[in-house]
Amino acid sequence: MDVILFLIFAVIAVVCGINVVVQSHPISSAISLVGVMGSLAVLYLLLGAEFLAAAQVIVYAGAVMVLFIFVIMLLNAGGEIRHGRSIMAQVLGIPLLFAFLGLMAFFVQRLFPSTALVHFGAFQHGGAQDVGRALFTRFLLPFEVISVLILIAILGAVVLARKELE
Amino acid sequence: MPGVPISWYLILSAVLFALGVSGFLLRRNIITVFMSIELMLNAVNLAFITFSYQFKQVDGQIFSFFVMVVAAAEAAVGLAIILTVFKNRRTLNIDDVSTLKN
Amino acid sequence: MQLWLIPILPLAGFLLNGIFGRRLSKTVINAIAIGSVLLSFLWVLKTLAGLGDLQVAHTEQYFTWIQSGILNVGCDFTIDRLTAVMLLVVTGVGLLIHIYSIGYMAHEGGYYRFFSYLNLFMFFMLTLVLAANYLVMFVGWEGVGLCSYLLIGFYFDKQFATNAGNKAFIVTRIGDVGFSLAIYLIVVNFGSLDFGAVFSAAASKPEGTLTAIALLLLVGACGKSAQIPLYVWLPDAMAGPTPVSALIHAATMVTAGVYMVARSAAIYTHAPAAMETVAIIGVATAFFAATIGLAQNDIKKVFAYSTVSQLGYMFLGAGVGAFSAGIYHLVTHAFFKALLFLGSGSVIHALSGEQDLRQMGGLRKKIPWTFWTMVCASVAIAGVPPFAGFFSKDAILAAADRHAPWMYWVGVITAGMTAFYVFRAIFMAFFGEYRGKAHPHESPFVMIGPLAVLGFLSLAGGYLFKVPEFLAPIFPLAAESGDIGPMAISIAFGLGGIALAWLFYIAKPELPGQITTTFSGLYKLIYNKYFVDEVYGAVIVNPVVAGSREVLWKGLDVAVIDGAVNGAGSVARETGGLLKRLQSGNIRSYATWVLFGSVVLLLVLGVMGGLR
Repeated sequence: MDVILFLIFAVIAVVCGINVVVQSHPISSAISLVGVMGSLAVLYLLLGAEFLAAAQVIVYAGAVMVLFIFVIMLLNAGGEIRHGRSIMAQVLGIPLLFAFLGLMAFFVQRLFPSTALVHFGAFQHGGAQDVGRALFTRFLLPFEVISVLILIAILGAVVLARKELE
Repeated sequence: MPGVPISWYLILSAVLFALGVSGFLLRRNIITVFMSIELMLNAVNLAFITFSYQFKQVDGQIFSFFVMVVAAAEAAVGLAIILTVFKNRRTLNIDDVSTLKN
Repeated sequence: MQLWLIPILPLAGFLLNGIFGRRLSKTVINAIAIGSVLLSFLWVLKTLAGLGDLQVAHTEQYFTWIQSGILNVGCDFTIDRLTAVMLLVVTGVGLLIHIYSIGYMAHEGGYYRFFSYLNLFMFFMLTLVLAANYLVMFVGWEGVGLCSYLLIGFYFDKQFATNAGNKAFIVTRIGDVGFSLAIYLIVVNFGSLDFGAVFSAAASKPEGTLTAIALLLLVGACGKSAQIPLYVWLPDAMAGPTPVSALIHAATMVTAGVYMVARSAAIYTHAPAAMETVAIIGVATAFFAATIGLAQNDIKKVFAYSTVSQLGYMFLGAGVGAFSAGIYHLVTHAFFKALLFLGSGSVIHALSGEQDLRQMGGLRKKIPWTFWTMVCASVAIAGVPPFAGFFSKDAILAAADRHAPWMYWVGVITAGMTAFYVFRAIFMAFFGEYRGKAHPHESPFVMIGPLAVLGFLSLAGGYLFKVPEFLAPIFPLAAESGDIGPMAISIAFGLGGIALAWLFYIAKPELPGQITTTFSGLYKLIYNKYFVDEVYGAVIVNPVVAGSREVLWKGLDVAVIDGAVNGAGSVARETGGLLKRLQSGNIRSYATWVLFGSVVLLLVLGVMGGLR
């Protein structure tokens, strides 16, 4: 059962990911990205991270992507016109990418033998209670710092996006 | 078999990450590039949570949580920058934003 | 005894005149310059009076200069009878020349500079003479070379003067290399540079070592005292003012080599091969230079070659073992050669700068004092008894005869030539009709005075200063042979030379012209100084200069060193140029580089982190 669920949503994630990269209009890419995030949320659930699955859907898919779509529609950018490429990126990037992938796969295989399995429900401590407890005890300092970070981000966004003073 | 091998999750994370990188390298629209970055961040989140399961600790999920918050902040500021760039240059082509050249 | 005052007083004169001279009046400059030398001379007299017999050397040690391993060199002065003789000559004759210079340089520019250099020279020369070890002597040695350079090139706006200064310095430098090597050998073999230590240990060292040291010292002496093959700088040094020629290149500096050989007698007597070399070089130089002097037309050049020749006599004396005879001739030579130079200076001054003998003549009525004093010097140098030069030259020739008769005969012939060319100069300058265009006038008293004193010393110096007896404690007197044959022959040659000069230039003035036409090839050879300078130029100077220019300058300095430095710069620039392409402003290439870096990191971590 787990395997089938994993496979379905993994395939959806990859297909949507490819779509993000391949589509010419940013809107299509944005929608595909939402799809990726949704399937990832399911995968998180399979891994026992209930709180984060919910956060993924609410924050990422629900707020960040909406922001993206707002901006795309605001700029009314239109599809990409194909001219002028970065040679460096193409010639070097693709092989490097494959190298990267290959290396990752190799290391992962070596480090994690197939006997390690993921069962749904094997990890019970992903709920809100556990995450909250950890967040407010052991990770209190980063938590507070992150709130300052969000404040700075808000300030930055406001300053950047307002009209120039005449 | 009752479960999914952990390595599959990690390979999936790597694949998504690679897709994000390729999108970052190959696309010219700034917003698309940005979305590729988000894709990469998601892949990383998956990896963190997988490891959190692996070691049966909640710490990985906390990291993932922070990543999400940072991604949100970054998205806000980055999109504001894109808006400003668009206002000044009327283009969303990443290759045109190269005044730091040489 | 405060020996240090003797050189320090002229040094003080140098400093005062050098620093403040520009603003001082001539009277003050004169007072400082003359005063310092006069005080030094008086202090020498007082010291000698106070030391009494001076059978044993009196040494004063001031401070330790070098203390390194076994080598301990102090700044020490010593005074024994040999030093006393040299001190009296240097300060006495030096004083007279300083006084003379007041008149001679009265109308020249750079007055204070001249006197400050002269005082500096006195300081170094006195240091050289008073030194108690080879290194302090070397300090004085180098210092007089420097002052010689400064004073030869005194008229620094004249190209030939600066060239002459360079030539003097460079050629004596070659000698100084020999001297330095000798010092190194002495340190290695004797462990000390002090005269006392070295000379007392000299008897026990192997002869080969001593010969090597002695020959290297001889190289230094040849440079400083203008012997073959390093004499070429002395005739050119006549470009300097005449008092300089008199003081430095007649009486004192050029005698430093002779003094050094005499001082190192302990080394030389135990190295017979080196002594033989000294004698041979001395007699060869004496003969060679005399032949060149026969044909010169510049009055100063005649006396310059005469100086080289007389220095050869001194070396001959030292080389045959008669060190005291050599020093004796040094003293008498100081008197009459300084007088000859100062006299020619007076003549030149009288003729407002004319130096060519062919433009002179009949001056004996116009400048009588100069004439008579120069005659005194001429009879002295010709070896006419009982004047000064006769005693000293006879002592040398007698010793040469005892050692090797052929040296005696060459020396006697040279004596004849000496008499000839000196009196040739006298006759051409002072007799006959005046051939020039200037208005000869007698020199002022301040110039005539020293001439008179030196004239008296040239005549009577041989009787007054019996140098060999005085130096007997250091250089034991040789047994007299009582044979007056050699003495008679040398007197005959001297008088014969004078007579021949009379014949050529007074009685039958057309003879010189006939001889030069008949022996025109030989005459050309002699007149052009045997083309030695040209040979040196072609064989040594030009190849060295060309080598320096092509290999060292263009090859090494420009190509290698500059190339390396500039190359380092261009490497940096090229690398920067390459690296700047990274900053393309293209975000995607940045991303590619990031990806590249992460792949590398993964590899490194995987391999080194030890994937187990």
